[in-house]
Amino acid sequence: MRGDPEAHELIAPRTLTGVLSLLASEPGQWTPIAGGTELMVAFAAGRLTARKLVNLWGVPDLRFIRTEPDRIVIGAGSTFRDLRKDPTVSAEFPLIAKAASWIGSIANQSRATLGGNLVNGSPAADSSPALLAYDAHAELISIRSTRIVPYAEFHTGYKRNVLAPDELLYAVHLPRRFAQHRQYLRKVGTRRAMAISKTALAGCALIEQGVVREIRIAAASIAAFPTRLYRAEDVVSGQSITSETIRAARAAALSEIVPIDDIRSTAEYRRVVTVNLLQEFLGSLPSAGGES
Amino acid sequence: MSTSWPSIVFRVNGSPQSVRVPPMKRLLDVLREDLHLNGTKEGCGEGECGSCSVRMDGELVNSCMVPVVQAQGACIETVEGLASNDEMQPLQKAFLECGGAQCGICTPGMLMAASHLLARNPRPTLGEIREGLAGNLCRCTGFIRIFDSVIATIAADVSVNRQRENNAR
Repeated sequence: MRGDPEAHELIAPRTLTGVLSLLASEPGQWTPIAGGTELMVAFAAGRLTARKLVNLWGVPDLRFIRTEPDRIVIGAGSTFRDLRKDPTVSAEFPLIAKAASWIGSIANQSRATLGGNLVNGSPAADSSPALLAYDAHAELISIRSTRIVPYAEFHTGYKRNVLAPDELLYAVHLPRRFAQHRQYLRKVGTRRAMAISKTALAGCALIEQGVVREIRIAAASIAAFPTRLYRAEDVVSGQSITSETIRAARAAALSEIVPIDDIRSTAEYRRVVTVNLLQEFLGSLPSAGGES
Repeated sequence: MSTSWPSIVFRVNGSPQSVRVPPMKRLLDVLREDLHLNGTKEGCGEGECGSCSVRMDGELVNSCMVPVVQAQGACIETVEGLASNDEMQPLQKAFLECGGAQCGICTPGMLMAASHLLARNPRPTLGEIREGLAGNLCRCTGFIRIFDSVIATIAADVSVNRQRENNAR
């Protein structure tokens, strides 16, 4: 069945306050729509259940990338094209620029927003592993207040998150402190362009005198939502990278990821390839023996 | 439903347009049904194939994924706007000469994606051409003739420029 445009209300407030007031007036009733790269697919196929939609595309105050001394703040309405062309993102957060280049085609990148990617909450979301590796925080806004939560705590289940019914994801904050960190991101899909990941892994680590001083590892398509691999992080934290620590990290990662069989891949393939990516990342880090 | 919808105003290929349609109606359907611009095609209807590509405020977009209310105030460019006074653009001529169009369904979107690429980057590498057209699927040509068409357009532009430089000397 095709989507019927008359069956859906779509309100376009001119201001952010207008959007927030509408969300507060009937909490949980209004579904925000930004670039439409997810919701319009459901609409065209006649499976969009939301009957009341509120437009975010073009609303001022949602699309910005602000560079501050110790962090950058990315408005949730920023598109992946915005992220690819921002000089601070490219220079200091290359994993995000790389992930942005993977999101569909040029025509998708010009419309899909960072906020949409996160709120949609696909387990395969391309931007999520990089954000987790960079210790991102999410700023949530409502007519009542604003609050900031670690992005690692944003997703709570399959397509579920911590947003209250009247809240909107307003911005993502990234600390500017990774110049000395080793950074890694790799996605495995069916083909190079336009493919949704079978698995993807990001890592960000600070190595001093051959010892892992700080590390975050995150993956997509291996659980109900993109997540940190905390056990693997714990295994290597404070250690030097050796074949033994890599082996232990692989085992730890296997104990915490819960991939499934679906149309894109199998659970077994995802388990094997995810820990291979982990090994590639850890193996690329300088070891105690010598600088790599 | 006999609701009278508020008007949505935008420009298409330079001409002001005003439509009274449900705000959720897809830009693709407004172009084809309300403005009778049938050059823009629907392929997959889910942002994978690019046959509905148009430019909106200078960005390439899939018009099947744009609720028309989001086009309020925008400048839209469609394939109908490429030729002027029935004179084809060099890109269109190159598609004809190089066999870049066969069945023709992907062609309007392919032309819009290619012209968007060349507007941004007049001398793209083959890698950049491939990336620029990665969201446009063609089931006839195997893509090589389409890449050849874009390369021929660039080559023609280079030779025109060289001629101009020679004439200026």
